[in-house]
Amino acid sequence: MIRVTRKYRFSASHRLHVAALSDAENRELYGKCNNPFGHGHNYEIAVSVRGPLDSRSGRAVDIELLDGLVRRQVLEPFEHRNLNEEVEAFRGAAPTSENLGREILRRLKQNWRAAFPADGPQLEKVSIAETSRNAFEVAAHEIE
Amino acid sequence: MLITRKVEFSASHVCRNSRLTDEENRALFGPAANPHGHGHNYMLEVTVEGAPDPVTGMVLDLKLLKEILNRVVVEPYDHRFLNREVPPFDHVIPTPENIAIDIWNRLQPHLNGARGRLHAVRIYETPDLFVDYFGGAA
Repeated sequence: MIRVTRKYRFSASHRLHVAALSDAENRELYGKCNNPFGHGHNYEIAVSVRGPLDSRSGRAVDIELLDGLVRRQVLEPFEHRNLNEEVEAFRGAAPTSENLGREILRRLKQNWRAAFPADGPQLEKVSIAETSRNAFEVAAHEIE
Repeated sequence: MLITRKVEFSASHVCRNSRLTDEENRALFGPAANPHGHGHNYMLEVTVEGAPDPVTGMVLDLKLLKEILNRVVVEPYDHRFLNREVPPFDHVIPTPENIAIDIWNRLQPHLNGARGRLHAVRIYETPDLFVDYFGGAA
């Protein structure tokens, strides 16, 4: 089995705050990440794909197709954005790395079939690092 | 237990299928099809699986692993034009996928016994693109 992993970066701001909790509970739970004005990160994501080797190219995935899909579905809508204000999925859910990883995976999964041939590569997982000191990994089978 | 060791090598290659026209190769591989070749600093991570020896406390002697990696991979690959100087890339396209498979095939005979078994080969073509191979059907 061959797995190909490609890394991408984007910078965005967010604020961790949920409506279900009081202001005091939000401050207690999220600490600095609850600052009402938000704050930013340089995010790094890694998209892992597995697939059979294509005999014509000797590759498991056409990197240009993958780059195009990630650019359209993730980088363009997220780059230099306020995630809470400008990404629909985070109007009702806190843009934690967990939720961001799931949202990225959902976007890629939903648009995968339009981007790749049916006998082509399968999306395996997405990992997301908010800073260089943490990483979150979501497998494709974990979401719809 | 898994043990991973890293080594680097630098090499040039061209991604080109000889059964296709120049135009088809450019469409398939983009700038990587440039017939004069281009280069990368490859980073290789080799992972070996095994149980620590009860006396030494080691799965395998890392000096030995380093020596195997240098002899079997770095010496033949480093500062070479892969397509012209390193078989099987005279007839196999040196994509990172095929490089991972070739490195596995070179290492596997040396890492298949009580001293630890080859578990995974990870090859970084650039810091943003890497391939994992665990043996078996590609």
